[in-house]
Amino acid sequence: MQKFLLQGLLRSALTEQAPTPDATSMAELGYTLERTARQKLGRSLSIREVDAGSCNGCELEIHALNNAYYDVERFGLRFVASPRHADVLLVTGPVTKNMREALERTYAATPDPKWVIAVGDCAFDGGVFCESYACIGAVAKVVPVDLHIRGCPPDPTTLLKGLIAFVETMS
Amino acid sequence: MNFASKQTATQSSPPSCLPWPREIVDKASWLALAESLAKGERELLSLWGETSCVHMAVLEPREPRLRIVTFECPEDSFPSVGRLHPPALRLERAIHDLYGLKPEGTPDHRAWLDHGRWGVRQPCGARHEINTVCDPYTFLTTEGEPLHLIPVGPVHAGIIEPGHFRFSANGETVVRLEERLGFVHKGVDRLMGGASIERAAQIAARVSGDSTVAYSLAFAQAVEAAFDVAVPPRATYLRALMAELERLANHFGDIGAICNDAAFALMHAQRGLVRERILREAASCFGHRLMMDRIAPGGTVVNLRQDNAAALYALVDWIELMTPRLIALFGDTTSLQDRTVGTGVISEALVKQYACGGYIGRASGRAFDARKAIGYAPYPQFAFEIGASKEGDVDARVWVRFDEIKASLKIVRQILDEAPGGPVIGAWALPEDWTREGAALVEGFRGDVFVWLRIRADGVVQRCHLRDPSWFQWPLLEAAIKDNIVADFPLCNKSFNCSYSGHDL
Repeated sequence: MQKFLLQGLLRSALTEQAPTPDATSMAELGYTLERTARQKLGRSLSIREVDAGSCNGCELEIHALNNAYYDVERFGLRFVASPRHADVLLVTGPVTKNMREALERTYAATPDPKWVIAVGDCAFDGGVFCESYACIGAVAKVVPVDLHIRGCPPDPTTLLKGLIAFVETMS
Repeated sequence: MNFASKQTATQSSPPSCLPWPREIVDKASWLALAESLAKGERELLSLWGETSCVHMAVLEPREPRLRIVTFECPEDSFPSVGRLHPPALRLERAIHDLYGLKPEGTPDHRAWLDHGRWGVRQPCGARHEINTVCDPYTFLTTEGEPLHLIPVGPVHAGIIEPGHFRFSANGETVVRLEERLGFVHKGVDRLMGGASIERAAQIAARVSGDSTVAYSLAFAQAVEAAFDVAVPPRATYLRALMAELERLANHFGDIGAICNDAAFALMHAQRGLVRERILREAASCFGHRLMMDRIAPGGTVVNLRQDNAAALYALVDWIELMTPRLIALFGDTTSLQDRTVGTGVISEALVKQYACGGYIGRASGRAFDARKAIGYAPYPQFAFEIGASKEGDVDARVWVRFDEIKASLKIVRQILDEAPGGPVIGAWALPEDWTREGAALVEGFRGDVFVWLRIRADGVVQRCHLRDPSWFQWPLLEAAIKDNIVADFPLCNKSFNCSYSGHDL
């Protein structure tokens, strides 16, 4: 274990430069957040991830945001375990009917001010599952969505670009 | 649309499933097969429905390893296999939910995937609209000393998939865990029916994102079997390369996550690096980090360039350098061993009864690996050893994964050394004569993925059954956590890492 720790001290950081915020995301957001919200939250946001029926591909890439290359926490973004602690819900999947109530209740349990970011093509319009009897489709049909990050699944850089755009509009 | 129409009766030639023929059996033979499963003479591979018939695939002890039988049920009921052989119970509940076929004599009449929220019953059978918001669900009861219930989910604390767990605990000790799944049911069976082969392949690739290569490969192999398509040798090597990269990425990611659940973040960080480098290399070689939609019936849709092969050699060199260090980090950290050794033990009898595949089965003494047992191309060309243990605890499952990492690295090297040149996709056409059936069994990182499909002569998928290995692993998680403390559940759960999406379909 000592070797790894020593190496960690001697080696330069693996974390890569931040990508520039995504222009389309900035355009979609297109608003500046209320002054009070900005004062309260600053640049620090707590994110609660909700899988509303994804194939788990999006989850794998969201997970990757926490590795040393992307290190999402340096932007003040932190994944939390409860919607009660969250400012942002990161929702994936074509919202299965069996998950609809759980998503609605998670949204209701998140204190104001709150935002929803829909991640992945399924969360945008249902993706390949859009015609199913078991899916509602777009996340926006269930809870209000502030930003979409497209991709099947979006890679961590795309996710970062969207998230940074989100933080930028706040500051 | 009734996609599972009885076209079998009207076509010009009876469909014979390839490479394993499908036989129609009577009630007595069906029951005899169920009894032999219960006695452990053969193993249940899958059980699935269709309009007015049920199919069962079993693993035979001798060649040919697979047998597929069909029981026709015009009365919409069939003799329950689960009554004699419990591993079939959840599959039968799913068949009833989706197709409306009743398992006669089943001890468990509860719905499984149907939570009463679809607005329709039996969506793949004689569908009828309903107006319920949600069905009540009866959990099994626990009796005895003062117990408390801990309901968890469907929304969990981590970045993971949704499912509901109900723990009955006596103090810290779990007396019973009952799972309730189906939250991510996306109606895959019905979406597949009536889809073109191309669209069906896209859906198959999105059944479980972490196993997208395994599913695409299984789907492609089943189509190729059905239409007798020859796959160019180079394509079989590239497919195996993708499958092994997927296996490596998942094993590294999961071992890190298991350690993280024991609060050993150092391992999580180190393993995250390896996983990330594998995914980046996958993206540069094949154009997608998870290698989604890279395999098509007939071959692969991308080729591997020479410079990418060189980069893969360098990656394998680096992982081979890192692996012993990471193994030492795991093995020498006694505080970690304290959490993993003796935790979440599964008996050999149970994994054999459930024909539990992947590292869960192999860590408890069931040495099944479709790469060896079925021996699809190009694996018979390679010399590799699969991981094995009989301990059956969290620790054993981690060690088996370390062994599989070593084996996969060896295979990747052999692929890079020996991959022949030539095209990566063969031209093939639909035969336009009659409906065909095909099946395939492919080893994903989690275990064996089974696919059976029937495709009409015009290239429309009539029925496609995709069976995730998790079907026979989820029930064992309930057994693994029994008599362990609640705090060890994340460790047990992560050491299994069953798929919710692949199971709920």
